[in-house]
Amino acid sequence: MAQTHDAESIRKETRTYIGVFIALAVLTVLTVGVSYFHLPPALAIGVALLIAAFKGSLVAGFFMHLFHERKLIYWVLVLTVFFFLVLLFYPTFSAWDQRHL
Amino acid sequence: MEIPYNSEARPDTGLYNAKLGIWLFLASEVMLFGALFSSYILLRTGAPSWPHGRDLGLNVPLATLNTMVLIASSVTVVLSWASLRLGDIRKFRLYMGLTILCGLGFLVIKYFEYMEKFHHGHFPSFNTFFAIYFTLTGLHGLHVIGGMIVNGYLWGPGAKMWKTDPQRFTNRIEVAGLYWHFVDLVWIFLFPTLYLL
Repeated sequence: MAQTHDAESIRKETRTYIGVFIALAVLTVLTVGVSYFHLPPALAIGVALLIAAFKGSLVAGFFMHLFHERKLIYWVLVLTVFFFLVLLFYPTFSAWDQRHL
Repeated sequence: MEIPYNSEARPDTGLYNAKLGIWLFLASEVMLFGALFSSYILLRTGAPSWPHGRDLGLNVPLATLNTMVLIASSVTVVLSWASLRLGDIRKFRLYMGLTILCGLGFLVIKYFEYMEKFHHGHFPSFNTFFAIYFTLTGLHGLHVIGGMIVNGYLWGPGAKMWKTDPQRFTNRIEVAGLYWHFVDLVWIFLFPTLYLL
């Protein structure tokens, strides 16, 4: 539990947060830089989403401390990810289907 | 009646109630933004051609600056929580104050961006790109405003709780922080989607 952590480990966490901030800033510059190379669309989308996913996992893992969380939260998130993917892809599949009828 | 388990963890879940509550709320938020991202994909894949945000006058340097501002605010809010866990209310006020200022900075930059668009006649009705651009960034902006109201309350009058129930107050900051990080997380995906691709 977070509140039982001693002062030294909280200070260590603080240093980690600063490190994550620097990583996020560098990745932001990187993703903007890559966009100026005018890569083919599929590659550009892939690279941008990969960087965004990595940045997102840094925020979720460290700032939202998901790397050290209770099991119940993980279960809530597994369900969320499942329904999110259904929401994201089901309409796309159905639209694709309609175009090929 | 007193709400149970808002300071200490509930034995069966291992969490204080508000923490489970905020994660369930964030799950519903994922579905809200997920529906709009799904709409974006459908609109984009269904369109004969899709404009590059930059070619339509979206200001990439300004949006990059805004991304940095929001990331910085994510750090300050987590530092405000860490300060409380170290028992330092003054540092909490400093970091939470900076978080609110960053939120304000984000909105001011967004305001200038919006004004630039309106000046060129780029309203949501201009084309499909701007329709989804204003929907997504507008909804995100409302989330920033909502977070600032909560953070402002916790920075000001809400901080009285530190004297009466410091653990519960620390938990409130953690929960407010989780929401604020989520708002940052959404922007991390909105920024490349709308501005760079």
